[in-house]
Amino acid sequence: MGALCRDCGATPADGRPSCPACGGRRIVCHPELFTLAIAHVDCDAFFAAVEKRDRPELADRPVIVGGGARGVVATACYIARLSGVASAMPMFRARALCPDAVVIAPDMAKYAAAARRIRALMGDLTPLVEPLSIDEAALDLAGTEALHGAPPAVTLARLALAVEREVGVTVSIGLAANRLLAKIAAGRDKPRGFAVIGAEAPALLAPAPVGLLPGIGAVAAARLAARGIRTLGQIQRLGEGEARALFGADGPAMVARARGEDARPVVRGHATRSLSAETTFATDLAAGRDLELALWPLVERLAGRLRAADLAAAGVVLKLRTAGFATRTRAVRLGQPTRLTETLFAAAAALLAREADGTRFRLLGIAAQPLTPGGQADAPDLADPELPRRRAREEAIHALRERFGPGAIRRGRGW
Amino acid sequence: MKFRTDRATLLKALAHVQNVVEKRHTIPILANVVIAVREGTLSFTATDMEIAMVEEVPATIESSGATTAPAATLYEIVRKLPEGAEIEFDHPGGDAPLKLRSGRYSTSLVVLAVEDFPSMTTSALPVRFHLSAVQLRGLIDRTRFAISTEETRYYLNGIYLHAAESDGAKVLRAVATDGHRLARVEEPLPEGAGSMPGVIIPRKTVAEVRKLLDEATGDVEIALSDTRVQFQFNHVRLTSKLIDGTFPEYERVIPRDNSKVLRVGNKVFAEAVGRVAAISSERSRPVKLTLGRDLLVLSAASPEQGTAIEELDRERVTYESTPLEIGFQARYLNDITDQIQGVDVEFLFADGAAPTIVRDAGDTSALYVLMPMRV
Repeated sequence: MGALCRDCGATPADGRPSCPACGGRRIVCHPELFTLAIAHVDCDAFFAAVEKRDRPELADRPVIVGGGARGVVATACYIARLSGVASAMPMFRARALCPDAVVIAPDMAKYAAAARRIRALMGDLTPLVEPLSIDEAALDLAGTEALHGAPPAVTLARLALAVEREVGVTVSIGLAANRLLAKIAAGRDKPRGFAVIGAEAPALLAPAPVGLLPGIGAVAAARLAARGIRTLGQIQRLGEGEARALFGADGPAMVARARGEDARPVVRGHATRSLSAETTFATDLAAGRDLELALWPLVERLAGRLRAADLAAAGVVLKLRTAGFATRTRAVRLGQPTRLTETLFAAAAALLAREADGTRFRLLGIAAQPLTPGGQADAPDLADPELPRRRAREEAIHALRERFGPGAIRRGRGW
Repeated sequence: MKFRTDRATLLKALAHVQNVVEKRHTIPILANVVIAVREGTLSFTATDMEIAMVEEVPATIESSGATTAPAATLYEIVRKLPEGAEIEFDHPGGDAPLKLRSGRYSTSLVVLAVEDFPSMTTSALPVRFHLSAVQLRGLIDRTRFAISTEETRYYLNGIYLHAAESDGAKVLRAVATDGHRLARVEEPLPEGAGSMPGVIIPRKTVAEVRKLLDEATGDVEIALSDTRVQFQFNHVRLTSKLIDGTFPEYERVIPRDNSKVLRVGNKVFAEAVGRVAAISSERSRPVKLTLGRDLLVLSAASPEQGTAIEELDRERVTYESTPLEIGFQARYLNDITDQIQGVDVEFLFADGAAPTIVRDAGDTSALYVLMPMRV
């Protein structure tokens, strides 16, 4: 059994409650501690932590980062979370739950600067750093032992200390044999955690609720519950046929994931999973036509972002939030990747039409997900004889905007 | 209602209507089949609200009436009765259970009232024509593989059937495309079909009609409006909603000036494609066709598993144009070669990136268009 002191990086003989080198009590033990090499690093309450760093007087106060009259919680510190405040919760509800919270408007530039410094520290450890969002990343440390003179677990413990010292926020680390387990491990010991999952993964996951698995959201979990499936153990035992009946073509892959298997490599710098654009309305909208009018500028913005990033959308996700703060997301896979405004709009508008049932909405968003390389966008299509002309039109509009500014030309729909 | 019939007849009819029954049980009664004796005729009816199937079954009838019973259960029971068994159905009416007796076996099934069974609204079907079962099979088999499953373009999720003119001759045309390949098949225009609207027949309907065609001989009567289609076989009538959408102007994507002609034995070509493509487990990987004078080289490469190559030479291949390289998905090629009955398959290329025409060298009734893949 390997043991590691997270306060000084010493590797004491196992079974001691405190570190013989520094006296620290944060000892992590696991039989595979010094052989596992895939890590998931997640900052704890990142935005709130950065604010507390800059305003030490807030250290013991509940802090909520989020904003605007109709905004939502971006991040709540752990003290505010004790009152039940959670990310993405409407601000008025958060204030009601935690009236003495200090509410701070987000300063994205400041958080991005902190995130860059953390990423630079990660980059010193391995070239295989895959940022997953502003405050989390997957790292592959296989083969770095000779370089750092220590196994990955020790290197990671040093990283956590370096981030605390140099950036002033804390991270939680998950160490495992693959990305899926590393992510799950990182969530097990938050905040300022270090958790390891090794060969015990299937048994460990078996009693966990299905929602623990990335890819099973609330809707899917409810659908599974209706069939009596509540734990990952039940998914682990599904036969191939049953799995296909429940999850479609992804069935066997889902069973493997429920067992903690995951073959995805950590890919360097592969940051963008989806691109999106959204807006909160000044007043709630219900009419299909009003919503469609609001959709068009979002699609134009999204198409511009796809073009700028040289990416294409293989699917479209529509996001709506009702006046009662229920969020609806509706996704559709496209026949082939696109970044044409009109094609994206047609797909999103079809999703929107099904939701425009008289419900009043406060927020509308659209995302391109999954993404594919831009070179795959809008290949010739036998079922779409108009495509070449649409493509030419889009190129012409883009060229005019490049030359004369974004307002130089607009479509009738955009007025 | 009381009647007797034999197991084999009943099993066949139940197998047909079973296919239509709604399997997701959103409305419980849609899992049921209507059993009715009216005017001396026994019929079974099932619907999923998109398709309705009615099958008449010969029986010895004692009294009239109607009820509905779970289709899947009924099918299982009848299937498990011994071969050659005679089965008696007895239903006194109303909510009373349906009694089945066969030899020393008897069962009592819970029913749902026939009055609650939804009927698909029937409208007038002004267009009526006949096709032989062989012709209809040909139209379906040679197009259905190209039907799209893409939900955003629902108007591609079926076969577009319409009257058209081809080289001056009036034809009935079936077209399907998923954007990557297109299949267009023609039959001489049957009498009565001249005034038909262009209709898109949904994938599931196509599949059910095709199953019925396995047993059909003689003619099938097709009746149409712009929202419904009905296929009348000997004892089975299938009515279906149509896809409410506009099929693309497919004629515009069919190339007219492809001048590089390859002719190759269909069987050797199809087998070579299968062998070369076997190198990759990824179905979407392309097979590359490299063409020289009377020479065709097929090749495929998979980064994980290696490469494969096969040459076909002048004994099998005729090609007289400038050299060309082009790639296609192996499965798309085989979907087409599977439907070619003649000795040779003919390819008409423009270049390595443009849509390619594929057809049976000895049969002009079917034409396929394939988009190449980058290789």
